[in-house]
Amino acid sequence: MRRLRHWGPGLLLLSPSLILLAVFVYGLIAWTTKVSVSDEHNALGSKGFVGLENYTRLFTDDINDRFTHSLKNLLLFTVVFLVGAMFFGLLWAFILERGIRAEGFFRTVYLFPMAVSFVASGVVWRWLMNPNQGENAGGLNAVLGGLGLDFAQSTWWTNPTWGMASMAIPAIWQLAGYVMALFLAGFRGIPAELREAAAMDGASTYRLYRNVIFPQLTPVALSALIILGHMSMKMFDLIMSVSGPQWLTEVPAIYVWQTLLTSDYAKAAAISIILLLLVAVVIVPYLIYTNRQEKTS
Amino acid sequence: MRFTRRAAVAAVGVAALLTAGACGSSDDNGGGSGSTKVEVFTWWADGGEKAGLDGLVKQFGTDCAGQTFENGAVAGGAGANAKSVLASRLQQGTPPDTFQAHAGAELLDYINAGQVEDISADYDTWGLKQAFPQGLIDNLTVEGKIYSVPANIHRANVVWSNKKVLADAGITKDPADLAAFLADLDKVKAKGIKAPLAIGKDWTQLMLFESVLITNLGADKFTGLWTGATDWNDAAVTKSIADFTQLLTYTNSDRDALDWTDAEKLVMDGKAAYQLMGDWEAADLDAKGFKDYGYFTFPGNGETFQWLADSFVLPKGANNPEGTKCWLKTVGSAAGQKAFNTTKGSIPARTDAAPADYPKYQQAAMADWKSAKPVPSCAHGSACSQGWQGAANSALGAFSTKQDAAGLQKALATAASQFVKK
Repeated sequence: MRRLRHWGPGLLLLSPSLILLAVFVYGLIAWTTKVSVSDEHNALGSKGFVGLENYTRLFTDDINDRFTHSLKNLLLFTVVFLVGAMFFGLLWAFILERGIRAEGFFRTVYLFPMAVSFVASGVVWRWLMNPNQGENAGGLNAVLGGLGLDFAQSTWWTNPTWGMASMAIPAIWQLAGYVMALFLAGFRGIPAELREAAAMDGASTYRLYRNVIFPQLTPVALSALIILGHMSMKMFDLIMSVSGPQWLTEVPAIYVWQTLLTSDYAKAAAISIILLLLVAVVIVPYLIYTNRQEKTS
Repeated sequence: MRFTRRAAVAAVGVAALLTAGACGSSDDNGGGSGSTKVEVFTWWADGGEKAGLDGLVKQFGTDCAGQTFENGAVAGGAGANAKSVLASRLQQGTPPDTFQAHAGAELLDYINAGQVEDISADYDTWGLKQAFPQGLIDNLTVEGKIYSVPANIHRANVVWSNKKVLADAGITKDPADLAAFLADLDKVKAKGIKAPLAIGKDWTQLMLFESVLITNLGADKFTGLWTGATDWNDAAVTKSIADFTQLLTYTNSDRDALDWTDAEKLVMDGKAAYQLMGDWEAADLDAKGFKDYGYFTFPGNGETFQWLADSFVLPKGANNPEGTKCWLKTVGSAAGQKAFNTTKGSIPARTDAAPADYPKYQQAAMADWKSAKPVPSCAHGSACSQGWQGAANSALGAFSTKQDAAGLQKALATAASQFVKK
């Protein structure tokens, strides 16, 4: 009774959000899982349990290997997006951290794209990445042509092999500033004593960054990777507004949408669950890691 | 004492939250029995389509006194947005009084799900069986029952051309067959127009491919592709893929980045000579003030009219079935079809309409509708269900990048085996 008095009121206060989470997150995940092992392939409803058939068919029996194609697209997109955003974010943070003039101004400039929604920027990028070349060129290709850099003109996202790398450009543009802000906070969080101590020990600037500052940024880099990584895997709105739903740039999230529109609920649920697992593979180890860190500190 | 205060705060907080939730969930039960509102769910939110709907509403006001029209239009995405809203409303059992759907196989999803009512009996009372061509009635009938009333007819297998570009290339008459068409394309290409045939993303490519299929298979075998009577591994399909591949070499390389209106602009700007598109292009070209266009049925299609139609249905569990039936009656009536189609730029499904009321292109299409053989279209849902349509679009999109002819045939054959109604 005394213990109940201790945690009872707290639990009662938390209960609305707990119930909402239980129903609308975990309950719906359970429901989706249930649909994904059923044969609810049209609006008629489910006739029964089919086990993992929907999952295996996605990998072995999908027309034109549509699902594995969408996974490949997602992989290329994610790799280019993560590398690009981390690179530019770190670079900008590093430059700003060195104390250049008008730091506040540049910080705002770099961070600002994040305030624009993917849908709005996607429409602009759709026009910028116009695949026409030569005399019909538009957008970036026209700029390149005007500069006499015709050889650099690209088919952008319509390239069958590297199209998804182009698709990552708007995402990098949009989120590199966010990574910069994270790193900048990381840089600022390193106590000045450490730098002073390194300077006292006669460390060069290179050694200072290599052995003192960067090791301290690892948690920040990890957070940035996780945040960008899960955004990338769920990428939907940007691709919808740049290319629209089509084979060339299809990723699992768009495939789910397309499948839902054709009332194939079981297949859509199976793709959603795979997508959820993919994100979980990234997120869960991170949560365990940070949990341990918090306990030890 | 400390416990009670904390507990009280917690209890009050939770109670407040719950109350807020309860307020939000109070339902607005506008409908109910005896309602005289007819909620018409469409994706006609602007342009000629909205004007057509307004015309229909006006007619509905005179024909069905006592009933009020309620606009349930959901804009955007060429109907994709509306369809997803509709799907969730149907699942929740709160259907609109009537909704727009492509006539033909696309309705199968709703019919199989038992979401729409059989209105065959009303077809007899309203005299629609005599007013519509027999071919259309056959296409609309599913296991002896009819579920929808088409408001209009569009034609898909039409090639639109820029007359000036053709004159420059010395082309004076419409090509009679595919070989002549290819020769004309070469002539235009020789004049320095690199991509004489304008095309857009996946579904526009599917339309072109379907036209090539009609040319090579003929009307009956083509229709059979969608009913299971014709095998997709047929040699004529292989030949069609080869012809289609050859046609693609005359098209703009950025096709996957374009929608049909972007491709239309290439024709208007004289950067392309031809575009295959449905006959809503006539109304669109007129609206955009482009006069110098020509049109002909896709070479080799002969006397086939590849039709698609917007239609209205009576959903199961509609609030006001009586009002809905009156709406459907208006949609099918001569006056309703005239009010709708003269403004939307389509033609009436009825064969008894007076051509003089319609613009020039529509008059020609109406004459063809009476005489030509109707075949359905998959890209627009009259030949195949939505799932099949999605698979076909995806297969064409993949072909556009990979150009793998055997892969396309296999993909289409697999899709057919998955989706054809056994």
